[in-house]
Amino acid sequence: MNQIPALARVFSYLSLLTVGGGMAAFPEMKILTVDAHHWLDFKQLIHLYSVGQMAPGPNMMMIVSIGQWAGGALGAIVVLIAFFGPTALLAFAVAKGWRKLEKWPWRTSIQQGLAPVSIGLLLAGCFTMAKGAITGTETAAISVAVLLILLQYKINPALLVVSGAVIGVLSFMPK
Amino acid sequence: MNETGGKSTLPAAGAASTAPAEVPIVQIFLEFLIIGATSFGGVVPYLRGSLVTKNHWIDDKEFVEMLSISQSLPGLNATNMAILVGERLRGALGSIAAILGICLPGAVLMFVVGIFYRIHGDHVWITAALKGVAAAAVGLILSTVVGLSKKSLSGKFDFVFIAMTVIAVNRLHISVPRTLIVVGILAILFHHPRKVQKAGVTP
Repeated sequence: MNQIPALARVFSYLSLLTVGGGMAAFPEMKILTVDAHHWLDFKQLIHLYSVGQMAPGPNMMMIVSIGQWAGGALGAIVVLIAFFGPTALLAFAVAKGWRKLEKWPWRTSIQQGLAPVSIGLLLAGCFTMAKGAITGTETAAISVAVLLILLQYKINPALLVVSGAVIGVLSFMPK
Repeated sequence: MNETGGKSTLPAAGAASTAPAEVPIVQIFLEFLIIGATSFGGVVPYLRGSLVTKNHWIDDKEFVEMLSISQSLPGLNATNMAILVGERLRGALGSIAAILGICLPGAVLMFVVGIFYRIHGDHVWITAALKGVAAAAVGLILSTVVGLSKKSLSGKFDFVFIAMTVIAVNRLHISVPRTLIVVGILAILFHHPRKVQKAGVTP
């Protein structure tokens, strides 16, 4: 079955939900890509998202993998355009208008008001992912350790995600 | 590569709001391509290093301003910054060059990784490694949440809006757009202009 129109629809919709970061769209992404369209399962979605954190550039490039699975090379390209096109156009429009709004009193209100909501959306996405990723004491310990290290030290987060892979191999390999 | 973009040394008055004369489109593309290929662990420091420190395309004040706009808009910081900076330098063509550059390396990489994972994702050692990677990623997102909270919240009451958002999405299973609109409007009204002025907060 041709998945291209569905890919375009789903990812352009998800695009507009990424307020504050890609994670904000994660709960809806799980519902649409896993439960509704069965392009992949929940574990695969978590894996791709996590691997994507090790890649350079914008941190949601794992969408390309989903596009490729569902629709080949064309699917990957369609997903890229659908996911980044709408917000790019919006940012472009705002780039021209925002400077003119410098004296508009609601501008600060909007920024201050959206800050807690975007943080809440990121946290909600994080909890959705944790439901699949935190499966026991060991995985919980890895998460907490990464959190504490990042809060305490200035270290490149990608290195910690790679360390997670090493710890994973050492502790979760069937004996 | 020749550093032809550094012509902003002319003693122009109000230099902060004047872009250096005509940065070539190709150079915008290449600079963002380099950022896209090297920015492991988050793009913001790499963007600042390239745009402010190395090329002097924008100054630090503009960088922070653009970043706060990027943060308020839907879309990833990385791509929103590419659009804003590209537009500032060379209009629409600049935006297109910048977003293509910053997306291309990661997109190609994840295309290949996706194919590899589809074929080999079931191997025991890969499953074990990914279990650790996913747990680490959860910690990483939590640290982002803590960092953003420290930086961009403007009062204790903001935690109520955070809690409302989380409960709406995770507990009540209200869709993200509905939550965003309802809680977003409440929060914006709470931070209405007269209150902002009284608190003496200026952008």
